[in-house]
Amino acid sequence: MNYRRAGAYSGIPRWALAMAAAGALFVLLPLAAMVARVNWPDFIPLVTSEASLTALGLSLRTAAASTVLCVLLGVPLALVLARGDFPGQRLLRSFVLLPLVLPPVVGGIALLYTFGRQGLLGRSLEVAGIQIAFSTTAVVLAQTFVALPFLVVSLEGALRSAGSRYEAVAATLGARPSTVLRRVTVPLVLPGLASGAVLSFARSLGEFGATLTFAGSLQGVTRTLPLEIYLQRETDADAAVALSLLLVAVAVVVVGLSYRGPAPVGGRAGSRPGASSGTGSPHARPADMRRAS
Amino acid sequence: MTFTLEAVVAARGVDVSLSLGAAETLAVLGPNGAGKSTLLSVTAGLLRPDMGRAEVDDRILFELGPGRNTWSAPHRRGTALLAQEPLLFPHLTALENVAFGPRSAGVAKAQARATARHWLAEADASELAGRRPGELSGGQAQRVAVARALAADPELLLLDEPMAALDVHAAPLLRRLLKRVLAGRRAIIVTHDVLDAYMLADRVIVMEDGRITEEGPTREVLQRPRSRFAAGLAGLNLVAGTVTPAGLRTAGGQEFAGRHEDPPVPGQSGVAAFPPSAVSVFLSEAHGSPRNAFPVTVTDLEPHGDQIRVRAGELSADVTPAAAADLGLAPGVRVFFVVKAAAVSIYPA
Repeated sequence: MNYRRAGAYSGIPRWALAMAAAGALFVLLPLAAMVARVNWPDFIPLVTSEASLTALGLSLRTAAASTVLCVLLGVPLALVLARGDFPGQRLLRSFVLLPLVLPPVVGGIALLYTFGRQGLLGRSLEVAGIQIAFSTTAVVLAQTFVALPFLVVSLEGALRSAGSRYEAVAATLGARPSTVLRRVTVPLVLPGLASGAVLSFARSLGEFGATLTFAGSLQGVTRTLPLEIYLQRETDADAAVALSLLLVAVAVVVVGLSYRGPAPVGGRAGSRPGASSGTGSPHARPADMRRAS
Repeated sequence: MTFTLEAVVAARGVDVSLSLGAAETLAVLGPNGAGKSTLLSVTAGLLRPDMGRAEVDDRILFELGPGRNTWSAPHRRGTALLAQEPLLFPHLTALENVAFGPRSAGVAKAQARATARHWLAEADASELAGRRPGELSGGQAQRVAVARALAADPELLLLDEPMAALDVHAAPLLRRLLKRVLAGRRAIIVTHDVLDAYMLADRVIVMEDGRITEEGPTREVLQRPRSRFAAGLAGLNLVAGTVTPAGLRTAGGQEFAGRHEDPPVPGQSGVAAFPPSAVSVFLSEAHGSPRNAFPVTVTDLEPHGDQIRVRAGELSADVTPAAAADLGLAPGVRVFFVVKAAAVSIYPA
């Protein structure tokens, strides 16, 4: 898997190659169609307009914040789901993964009835002088809500395949559970954690429905790049296409950089950590998600 | 200054009770699935028994049972575990791996590294300090793992078949190392290699089906085995029965004439032990000086040094290849195993 040696047996059926080509085309063709529609002479002015830059900045900031939130909440969740043993564990997993299959608008409505002015927690927060709905905080919460499962699924898979034998040894050497987590578990599953975080970031960056429902579309406060694109599409198709391309470029850069990033550090017992491969291991995730949903 | 353990793990059918002196090494022998590793997991705190109690130097590790529920976490026990595989943390160098125990105990980084260097030197692995586990051979990695376990300064060292995953060249080296570092140290070593018990342990216990079936000083158990497993390790045939004035009578009525090791007490249960090399194989019943002859059916033939070991159920005999060919031995052939009474030692079980 690590090295593509010329002449080595690959075992891929011919028809699978054809189908794979069709699949790749299915993804690439629309992107190409969009690129063909870009108004190149006006591209720079379009993407550097004040509204565009504001939306891009807001998108990057909120996506970064929600990725941090996903890591803070998702690492303990994945740990409990992968290593814990308690009644209701399967049920908890199903609920944590629910946002994967839920229409984001539904997520937005649910958040509104939780943190909104008349919401479950919103009323108490209102009394405390905190208003969340239709603020930048709401954007971050909406993005975290939809992106959290990506981190949990990817990390739980990594934790399961790593097993817990290293942790047992570390404990017998006198390491407290927190020390074991920090010095053994996290370094062992770092590739899984990194790709989970990247997926979360990408999902946050593209979040639209929940954000619109729960946070609205206030320029500079809650209008992220996807919302700006949707708005521009009504009035200025050229601007919408240019911004779409910008979003694609940002996503490609982020995902590309991160998947090439950390080498798999002995995720499995006995694997040589020195043998770093060109890519991480994103192949495992779509299957995981299908199982999870 | 002792370690005592009583534990019942119902799910695995394990029920054991043992104790260990301050500087004693105990070997736990037994067939696969006998519960040897379960015993270590319970001691290390990685598996919770249904009932039992363990303490080391008057410090209680666990006490579980009706009305008692004390359980200390693995990291508070001082029982470092060395497993079959080295399980070195792949993201740390050998030195950092060895320093892991002291670091976890709160020792400052520089001092932990000094301790790690000391134990790496003890394990003949100083030159490996800067390497990552992925760059070590199996034997080298296990030496580093020994250093890592010792650096944690355990009150009780647990070794779970530490030589089992090593090749024939690396195992003797590690065995010598363990012999040196285990001297004067309290340790339990699970093994199914009689050589480990012989070289490393002061005392052995034999576990079969979750129970301790035999216990004693290593020499004694290997010279006068009472369980079939220990007899197999010692390379002896073992027949159980009732002691008679002339020898032993098996439950099947077979009489064994032999040499009593202790003054015989007829009626007592006992065993007759004799080496396969003392057994001759004949096609017909032979008569002569005091001999034991009994009909058996050959089940297997296998090479054994420059001899051929003829197995017939639980018993075996060693013959030369030429003799095996002469007799036309093959699985299913009925023959007589003949052993001189002088070669059979009989002692109470």
